[in-house]
Amino acid sequence: MAEIHVRDLHKNYRVHVKPAGLGASVKSLFHRTYKEVQAVDGISFEIEPGEMVGFLGPNGAGKTTTLKMLSGLIYPSSGSVSVMGFVPWQRKNEYRRQFALLMGQKNQLWWDLPANESFRLHKEIYHIEDDLFKRVHGELTELLEVENLLDQPVRELSLGERMKMELIAALLHSPRVLFLDEPTIGLDVVAQTNIRHCLQQYNQERQVTILLTSHYMRDIEALCDRVLVIDHGRLVHDGLLRDITERFATHKLLQLRFQNGRMPERPEEFGEVTDLTPPRLTLRVPREQVPQCVSHLLDCYDVDDIAIEDPSIENVISALFRQTAEQASDDVVVAETMNG
Amino acid sequence: MGKYFVVFRVSLAERMVYRADFFMSTFLRFIPIITTILLWRAIYDGADQTEIGGLHYEQMVSYYLLIMIVRAFGSMPKLATSIALAIREGELRKYILQPIDYLTYMLTLRCAHKLVYFVMSAIPYTLIFWICADYLPGWPGPMMFCLSVLTLTMTFCIGFAINSLIGLLGFWFLEVATFIHAFMTLQYFLSGHMFPLSLLPKSVEQVVTWLPFAYETYYPTLILLQKVSVDEALRIIAVQFVWGVVVGGICLVAWKRGLHRYAAFGG
Repeated sequence: MAEIHVRDLHKNYRVHVKPAGLGASVKSLFHRTYKEVQAVDGISFEIEPGEMVGFLGPNGAGKTTTLKMLSGLIYPSSGSVSVMGFVPWQRKNEYRRQFALLMGQKNQLWWDLPANESFRLHKEIYHIEDDLFKRVHGELTELLEVENLLDQPVRELSLGERMKMELIAALLHSPRVLFLDEPTIGLDVVAQTNIRHCLQQYNQERQVTILLTSHYMRDIEALCDRVLVIDHGRLVHDGLLRDITERFATHKLLQLRFQNGRMPERPEEFGEVTDLTPPRLTLRVPREQVPQCVSHLLDCYDVDDIAIEDPSIENVISALFRQTAEQASDDVVVAETMNG
Repeated sequence: MGKYFVVFRVSLAERMVYRADFFMSTFLRFIPIITTILLWRAIYDGADQTEIGGLHYEQMVSYYLLIMIVRAFGSMPKLATSIALAIREGELRKYILQPIDYLTYMLTLRCAHKLVYFVMSAIPYTLIFWICADYLPGWPGPMMFCLSVLTLTMTFCIGFAINSLIGLLGFWFLEVATFIHAFMTLQYFLSGHMFPLSLLPKSVEQVVTWLPFAYETYYPTLILLQKVSVDEALRIIAVQFVWGVVVGGICLVAWKRGLHRYAAFGG
């Protein structure tokens, strides 16, 4: 049975709309205009126990709102969710003891006290057995290399160190399900790698189910095979990360090196030229034209070396988001024309 | 209960962090006591009568000193603000996620705050009461002592419930500072903090004595002053209990309804 089961989930917010300016502010004292925003618009998915799934989408796509519903912070407008058999927003203690939500740059530790004090508090709040606490605490502090920082007030720690402490606090009670919202945001490369490594090892050892959002594609690439892509509150892709390239990459990159310095006079006829440094040429070619283009180039020119590459996942995804944003704005124009 | 005991212990530790601020705020709270006593002295000196509202100057001073004790139990500095801020800034999130009851958690914090406050202010209070010993009633008998402890406990509970309720308005209003200010002003008058409610015109007094504020501070002070019989003291404590249950009940309803509105924005 799936560990996380989401069916036709919706969340609408009523948002107060106030144009800029003093006049609008005075007017809003007497008459307020609201608009309904569909933050999550009917998404459905399932996640199996021990899966590590990436949750991708541009800002405002509905990722955090979905995580808030899955963790029981907010109620949905409609739809159903079951996490480990619990309905999250019923907020049963048995449920709350078995999951954790970690949001980057937002703290749950006591600011003025050493992290160890907060950890001891967590031990009591989550009813963690002494032995288990000692073991997990020892393992995590060693893995994240923070043993010598445990007795320092949290406010004196650097962002990266604090984030590691937050991660320890989130994992101390050995949650079965872990929701991570931008866990590496604002961290330097070393700290990012450290946290990634910790999550990887933790998932391998304990088969924890993890749903992770991140703007850093490296996080997703390193940790998740499967991704959910959400945009404008709708799920646009649910599948393997590598399938995103198959599905959404419209072009391939052809990298060529020519012998004898003889190169095509009009390389733009073969595709979009992204780099031209004789004897090297890089072309962006529509996928379906790649075989024809390659065979033509090989027939007509002395090609010393050739490489055909997919664009980076980061580029594919940003192109995908741009494409859906354009579609959405087209939809708005159509709707406005029809209304007008 | 173990987790709340640890919350209590951790909160005690946290209170000790800002030592300078703590000592200053404890010390500064005694300045109004002295200025108010001097103010009443000037009022009595300027009046052409020895009694105001049926009270001699000495009785007024003892009323004022004892109401300070009651206020020390009932006042909840920054409680409403911190709840409203937790809602607005999103800090509430962590308490909803963890297997802990937020209001019980806040109550535990408050108990720790009060304990530290009483320990730290014991010396200045003893000093002031020693100086003004002649104005004060003698030690109560065992029965009145027990009733005094009970009424102060109820004062603490009512104070906590009222302040929490105001903080929970943060679910419905983005900014509750005005509510808090209006409430503090109202409470200052209606709880008998500014002057004994017996100084009010009879018709007003009758209305005011029906409100929870009077039972939060004014009536408990009368018990400490030993101005009421045991039966009357028991009646006061019973009404305090009812107010505690009513306001506490509204708090729980507000909490449950508020969570439905909560969007966990920010923090």
